[in-house]
Amino acid sequence: MLTTLSRKMLLCLTGLFLGFFLIIHLLGNLQLFLPVEEARLQFNWYSHFLSGNALIKMVSYVLYLSIIVHVIDALIITSKNRKAAKPYQKDHRGRASKWYSRNMGVLGTLILIFLVIHFQNFWYVYKFGTLPVDSNGNKDLYQLVVTTFQEWWYVVIYVLSMVALCYHLIHGVHSALRTLGVFHPKYVRWIKVVGAVYAIMVCAGFAMMPIYIFITTG
Amino acid sequence: MKLNLKVWRQKDRESQGKLVDYVLEDLNPHMSFLEMLDTLNERLILAGDEPVEFDHDCREGICGQCGMMINGIAHGPLQNTTTCQLHLRSFTNNETIFIEPFRSQAFPIKRDLRVDRSAFDRIISSGGFVSTNTGQAPDAHALPISHQVTEAAFDSAACIGCGACVATCKNSSAALFTSAKINHLVLLPQGKEERQERVIRMVEQMDAEEFGHCSNTEACEVECPQGISVLNIARMNYEYNRALTRRK
Repeated sequence: MLTTLSRKMLLCLTGLFLGFFLIIHLLGNLQLFLPVEEARLQFNWYSHFLSGNALIKMVSYVLYLSIIVHVIDALIITSKNRKAAKPYQKDHRGRASKWYSRNMGVLGTLILIFLVIHFQNFWYVYKFGTLPVDSNGNKDLYQLVVTTFQEWWYVVIYVLSMVALCYHLIHGVHSALRTLGVFHPKYVRWIKVVGAVYAIMVCAGFAMMPIYIFITTG
Repeated sequence: MKLNLKVWRQKDRESQGKLVDYVLEDLNPHMSFLEMLDTLNERLILAGDEPVEFDHDCREGICGQCGMMINGIAHGPLQNTTTCQLHLRSFTNNETIFIEPFRSQAFPIKRDLRVDRSAFDRIISSGGFVSTNTGQAPDAHALPISHQVTEAAFDSAACIGCGACVATCKNSSAALFTSAKINHLVLLPQGKEERQERVIRMVEQMDAEEFGHCSNTEACEVECPQGISVLNIARMNYEYNRALTRRK
């Protein structure tokens, strides 16, 4: 049986890995902002390169595992917390903390639903579906991205999910560093700022992609 | 002044409790909250009813005995005070006040507003001590400790164990209490000796008492009458990780 602190450590390590992955994912996807024909060839080559690389394949399995462990661990933690806490008739405890800190589970669930949609949109089609090829002979994932984001409701779903992700990350980064044991006030102060800047930059970056594609190709 | 109270009444641990309405008039706004409850109890006794049971001791804000949820906030609306240091001037005339016990799986209700906080005692006895024979009090300068370290240890030791952190936490986590009790010892040379066994034993006992996980919402620090810093929790995590990796 893991102690409460070890359970949080598991959540922290998987969360930090997922957070690190987001940076790489964002940097790679910045290629979508290139001029259309350049973006198509460049992005499709990049996708082909990633799917053919043995190291990336290994990392992707760690990634899938991290998502699963992060979710299951969060469920176990939540169920213990539910058993530990008792409801009040009048509850005004919310004044002492941020709403997103108290609702990481709700935000996480929204992100998980988004992930299912996201995997179904691109990952599943790329891996198991049939896609036309571009002039270099690579699967034309770029076209799929463009077609998807020409639907306004997909743009809305993606942007709102990034808002949920942003709040999840603002609390997540700061909380993960606490779990690791960073206790010195000097570091704690800037970790909060760095965490928030990271969360906003990553999520704004991702949210801009569907908006950009909707506006430029719609 | 006049107050409309909704007080949690519960006969014992097993029975179902409920909020009971009481109206108190002609109250002095400079009365403390506990004196207001004393007034209520006097009237209940004169009317032949059972008085409302609540914990209290020093009434000076230092013992940590009193503690209740007042309008859904541990120790009431004033920050960094215990219930006994709260006065009726913090409320408005004719206000309705909900008074409930601290609620947590680990704090079973004994009666009315009294809860059993012996889970805290068991956490302390699992490791919150120094097992050396200290004999006479040593000379103050026999063991040099820097001023900053002394102050930091005092800051952690200021925890009065009232349980407001658990009552405020959405997960009923005892992380703030347990970490303060670990850190005031680990900061000092006498306490450093057993730092590894201590943190592991106290964390295990905290879990055995069925407190929840710490989500780092930091609400506990806000409502703590002593303003114990949440960085104590971060340091407990550090000590715990350190103990796990260095334990022989």
